Amino acid sequence: MKQDLAISLLYIVYALGLLLTLGAVLTWVERKQAAIMSDRIGANRAYLRIPFTQVKLIWFGLFHGMADGLKLLLKEDFRPLAYDRLAYALGPWLVFVPVMLVFAVVPFGGTLDPGRLFPSLAGWFGGRTYAMQIAPIDAGLLIIFAFSGISIIGAMLAGWSSDNKFSLLGALRAGSQLISYELVMGLTVLGLILIYGTVNMVSIVERQSGSVLGVLPAWGLIYQPFAAILFLTAAIAENKRIPFDLPEAESELISGYFTEYSAMKQGMFMLAEFVEIAIVAALFTTLFLGGYNLPWMTDAGFALPGGHRIAIGHGWVVVIQLLTFLVKVLLLCSFQILVRWTLPRFRWDQLLRFAWKFLLPLSIANLVVTVVAVWALT
Amino acid sequence: MSSRKPYVRPKYWNEPEMGWWESAYLFEVVRGLAITGGVFLRNMAKWMSGRKGALTAYYPEERRADYAAGNRGKHILTQRPDGRPQCIACNMCATVCPAQVIEIDAAFDPDDAAHPKYPSRFEIDYSRCVFCGLCVEACPEDAIRMVKETPDLPGFDRDRMWIGKEELLGWQPAQDVAKPYPAAGGQPSEEAR
Repeated sequence: MKQDLAISLLYIVYALGLLLTLGAVLTWVERKQAAIMSDRIGANRAYLRIPFTQVKLIWFGLFHGMADGLKLLLKEDFRPLAYDRLAYALGPWLVFVPVMLVFAVVPFGGTLDPGRLFPSLAGWFGGRTYAMQIAPIDAGLLIIFAFSGISIIGAMLAGWSSDNKFSLLGALRAGSQLISYELVMGLTVLGLILIYGTVNMVSIVERQSGSVLGVLPAWGLIYQPFAAILFLTAAIAENKRIPFDLPEAESELISGYFTEYSAMKQGMFMLAEFVEIAIVAALFTTLFLGGYNLPWMTDAGFALPGGHRIAIGHGWVVVIQLLTFLVKVLLLCSFQILVRWTLPRFRWDQLLRFAWKFLLPLSIANLVVTVVAVWALT
Repeated sequence: MSSRKPYVRPKYWNEPEMGWWESAYLFEVVRGLAITGGVFLRNMAKWMSGRKGALTAYYPEERRADYAAGNRGKHILTQRPDGRPQCIACNMCATVCPAQVIEIDAAFDPDDAAHPKYPSRFEIDYSRCVFCGLCVEACPEDAIRMVKETPDLPGFDRDRMWIGKEELLGWQPAQDVAKPYPAAGGQPSEEAR
């Protein structure tokens, strides 16, 4: 029992550190990547000066994130006069917390065997192994959808309680957009559930180890390439980022449902957005890119197609799997930022039409084909 | 019944004509992503290999050498051969200046009979200057000119953005060759007349 608690605490610290760091670093990545994509240099003026010297640490503008955070923390927390006090205060939390909670069921590494990793603790752990996932829940995927549904309520509460027409419009848009795209997201994942036969995230990832046709890794992307594209589209729409940023379209609605928020409350909406980039990337990695799986790698080591085997120790396996997951997540974050700086924003009617008349039929068609294929093969 | 005509959407001359390929949207999205991603990778490869992958000049640290010859940059005051300003403190430039950034204090110099009036103080506030070049056009003596280099003034303090006579004279000394200094004795020389 105590052992489980210790391991869970370790995972929670790792996950919180990972998500918050990613949230801060992604602001920098977004700035720099946008700059490099458009032949610019990007923000690089903020610096830390080492005390008593003239040495300025610039580090490619990494400190701009710190400057932003400080600014948000130190700004006046202005509150509008007429608002529902409770709902106004709850709004940012209901947007931010579910986003973090979703990560609880995402496996960010393979199986950890603390007894093998630290032989001195082997007696205490007694050969128990732990999947690297904070909450070992069988209903993993359902939990994800349940929690990401909560953040809609946060956005709508924030918009409603601000007592501002822009906020209200943003909240209405957020509500209808998120519900539409959540439907698409659920339908695309249904095909995957059919193939894997489970909603447990750990078993979904385990089913993606090994290979198909001898060479290709058995990732969800290979089985369901169509669903992968639809899922990513719907997930970016869930995150309310350009091209789907209608709820906070700044040229129309100032900043949408969080117009009336200032200081760190507004910062929490921004942080939630950036953490959700990482969450979407983590979900996509888990469902479609084999999670922590490297091609031809097992828990015992590498098994290359030629029949070669390279055995590696458990510690290295854990490190490699953690890093694999991280690299996949970072690449996908970068891809989402690429999308954000490439595509123009939809019009409102186009947005809903895209969801209901384009993505939804496509995902249903994908589901039907999957059902027929699975039925034919079994 | 109402006699209103039904609304007919006007057809514009530059109406975009999209085939099914473009209106399917997804293919064009992929094309756009390929373009921006290609630019990103190309610029990133440049940065990684130690070259510059941006068009931006990193301004105070890095200067562009390709200002146009007629660029209106920093002001200079032209000099007479003995190094004194050509300026006669007539205040024409200060009068014409739309941003009112030129301040001139005139003084009397009994030793120079040809040009007894000279500026004891000539200052330009670059924090307000609009670089229109009207002062150059207004000057009857060709005493103030603008060169193509920009003033080197980025800073955190407005008070440091005043440039005085000494710097305007000495920064990039230029002489007005069309009007040589009068011969000793206080009378203009033959050729100047």
